[in-house]
Amino acid sequence: MLRFFVRRFAGMIGILLVISLITFYLFFAASGPDDVVQMSCGRFCTEEAKAGVRHDLGLDKPFFEQYWVYMTGIVMGRDIGDRSCSAPCLGYSFSSREPVTERIQNGFPTTLSLAIGAIVLMILIGVGLGVIAAMKRGTRTDKVLTTVAVVAGAFQIFILGPLLLLIFVYETELMDLPKYYAFTDNPGKWATGLILPWICLMVIHMAMYTRLTRSAMVDALNDDYVRTLRAKGLSKRDIYIKHAFRGALSPVATILGIDIGILMAGTVITEFTFSLNGIGRLAVLAVEDSDLPMMMGVVLVAAAITIIANLLVDVAYAVIDPRVRLY
Amino acid sequence: MKSSDPLAKADSTAADAAPAGDKPRSSFLSVRDLHVRFTTLDGIVKAVDGLSFDLERGSTLGIVGESGSGKSVSSLAILGLHNPKKTVIGGEIHFDGVELTKASENEMNKLRGRRIAMIFQDALAALSPFYSVGEQIAETYRRHMGASRKEARQRAIDMLGRVGIPNPERRVDDYPHHFSGGMRQRAMIAIALACNPDLLIADEPTTALDVTVQSQILDLLGDLQSEFGTAIIFITHDLGVIAQTADDVLVMYAGRCVEKGTVREVLRDARHPYSWGLLSSVPDLGGDVDIPLRPVRGTPPSLLSPPPGCPFHPRCDYVARVGDDACKTSRPTLTLADGRGSACHLTADEKAEIFATEVRPLLR
Ligand SMILES: Nc1ncnc2c1ncn2[C@@H]1O[C@H](COP(=O)(O)OP(=O)(O)OP(=O)(O)O)[C@@H](O)[C@H]1O
Ligand code: SF4
Ligand SMILES: [Mg+2]
Repeated sequence: MLRFFVRRFAGMIGILLVISLITFYLFFAASGPDDVVQMSCGRFCTEEAKAGVRHDLGLDKPFFEQYWVYMTGIVMGRDIGDRSCSAPCLGYSFSSREPVTERIQNGFPTTLSLAIGAIVLMILIGVGLGVIAAMKRGTRTDKVLTTVAVVAGAFQIFILGPLLLLIFVYETELMDLPKYYAFTDNPGKWATGLILPWICLMVIHMAMYTRLTRSAMVDALNDDYVRTLRAKGLSKRDIYIKHAFRGALSPVATILGIDIGILMAGTVITEFTFSLNGIGRLAVLAVEDSDLPMMMGVVLVAAAITIIANLLVDVAYAVIDPRVRLY
Repeated sequence: MKSSDPLAKADSTAADAAPAGDKPRSSFLSVRDLHVRFTTLDGIVKAVDGLSFDLERGSTLGIVGESGSGKSVSSLAILGLHNPKKTVIGGEIHFDGVELTKASENEMNKLRGRRIAMIFQDALAALSPFYSVGEQIAETYRRHMGASRKEARQRAIDMLGRVGIPNPERRVDDYPHHFSGGMRQRAMIAIALACNPDLLIADEPTTALDVTVQSQILDLLGDLQSEFGTAIIFITHDLGVIAQTADDVLVMYAGRCVEKGTVREVLRDARHPYSWGLLSSVPDLGGDVDIPLRPVRGTPPSLLSPPPGCPFHPRCDYVARVGDDACKTSRPTLTLADGRGSACHLTADEKAEIFATEVRPLLR
């Protein structure tokens, strides 16, 4: 168990190193530094002025030295120019001059809240409908639920999102525009502020969970052990929920692992659609501005979240199925 | 009815039973003209085709027959576990005054696991991989005996001990994949016996086990039977096991009973060519190695379109002994005298003669 976590942690560091190196390299390969220097320097820029900017931003040092400085800064903090940047130091934004760590800290709760709320709804509703469909398989309820899930899954955020906004915000004025409130300040406002994007993400993703849960449960119901359960005289509820559903959880966890990655990638579109300020928006702005520190920060955080989420999914496998061992 | 002491079961079930006066002289379990047909894409499979037998409390019926003869399908029919959408069940199954083929799912669920229990053939597949062995025993006990979690857990430990699992207090929390094949089979038995059933259907419970474990399990079943008066249906390929455990034997072929009688009668004086084939295909390790093993030649008939006449005739050596090609045209019926009989056109004298001259010399 401990070995599992140590190994996975080491693996995570490795992956983050590779990702950061690639991002760093791509930035230089796409001649991002020149754009940055040009922008900071203004239109009438002498070569000397450019060199000055280059030096200030540390872009005159060799590639690996810059990378090294950047990476050690994350662990130990570093001084940049006359400012000191403490431990998880991700540098200063080239464009806004603000500390990247701080900006990510501001945007992160929004993105995380979006993802967590959407995942909880996706699982509750998607899996719940799947369980109902499996229990009523072959009936009209089953067909209606399966069809609804498939149709819902055909939507895209940029279609469904504006549609929801149009209906609930602009036409009926039942709701305000989505807005992020800190959960710790006011959980009620937190939930109502994000309910529209959550529903939007839930609707789009739930089809997979409904179909998967239904088919995995129906498969499980055909397993030999279910016959034993019936021979023991267990109630239908016990057979479906306690046993067959348990057998369906592993495939659900697999899809969840994949969906977390998809959600992270899709958060860009989600945040723009609902005018929220999370790290998805930061990512887009960073790319537009060739803002290397910002880009690096967002990429690393997003990668770390995805890796941690998948680690949790692997732990979930072991919890769900006692035959799976963590190693 | 509710009783915390499982040993008080014998009294409580007597109270459950229908008034004895209602059906005088009827057996504890009485199967009459049972038919089980599956609707498949290829057609209708007649897996069980007119099976009848009786079983009394405290006695054991052995069912033998080659693979596909309908042994498991018959057992599942007794428990009402066939999918009603794909299965047509005909005939009657009377269990202690209840007609099981007409019982509601609710009534059946009260009997299953409580009064009628089954040990399944393949214990690894038959146990859930997601719950501990103890929980799989305990959940039955909780459901039927209204026991608390703690009581049920204790019961699980007791049962594991009784079926011969060492360290039951520790093993109770293990999962099926931690158990060896033989231990899983015992766990399966522990589940089936958790509520001291009145009728136990054991579908090849010892096939996967080595001889030592096998005889321990057989002893255990025997003990339970004498303690609780359990009626047992013992399904097996192993005539040796039948000889050891059964009172009566039923030989199945292609979904029908072809011969029935006491163990002595069937094993020492069989009256059906198929039974002869079964008997002479048993290797006799202690006996004369010069006597060749004679497996039943040919393959089991199709259940989709069974051969006309006697279903055994394509494989039978004695078709010519019966006049008018009757074997190929008319189906022999099972006529019983004192519970003894065989479904074959040969006359009683011919059967006795053939057994004495051709079959007995092959047996030990
Ligand atoms: N659900 C089903 N649908 C269609 N055919 C079935 C079904 N279940 C069983 N059968 C068929 O019924 C026949 C009898 O099967 P059964 O399992 O009772 O055999 P068995 O006597 O228990 O054999 P074995 O000794 O191998 O366990 C077989 O030919 C089998 O293919
Ligand atoms: S009826 Fe004919 S074919 Fe069938 S077992 Fe008897 S002799 Fe053989
Ligand atoms: Mg079988």
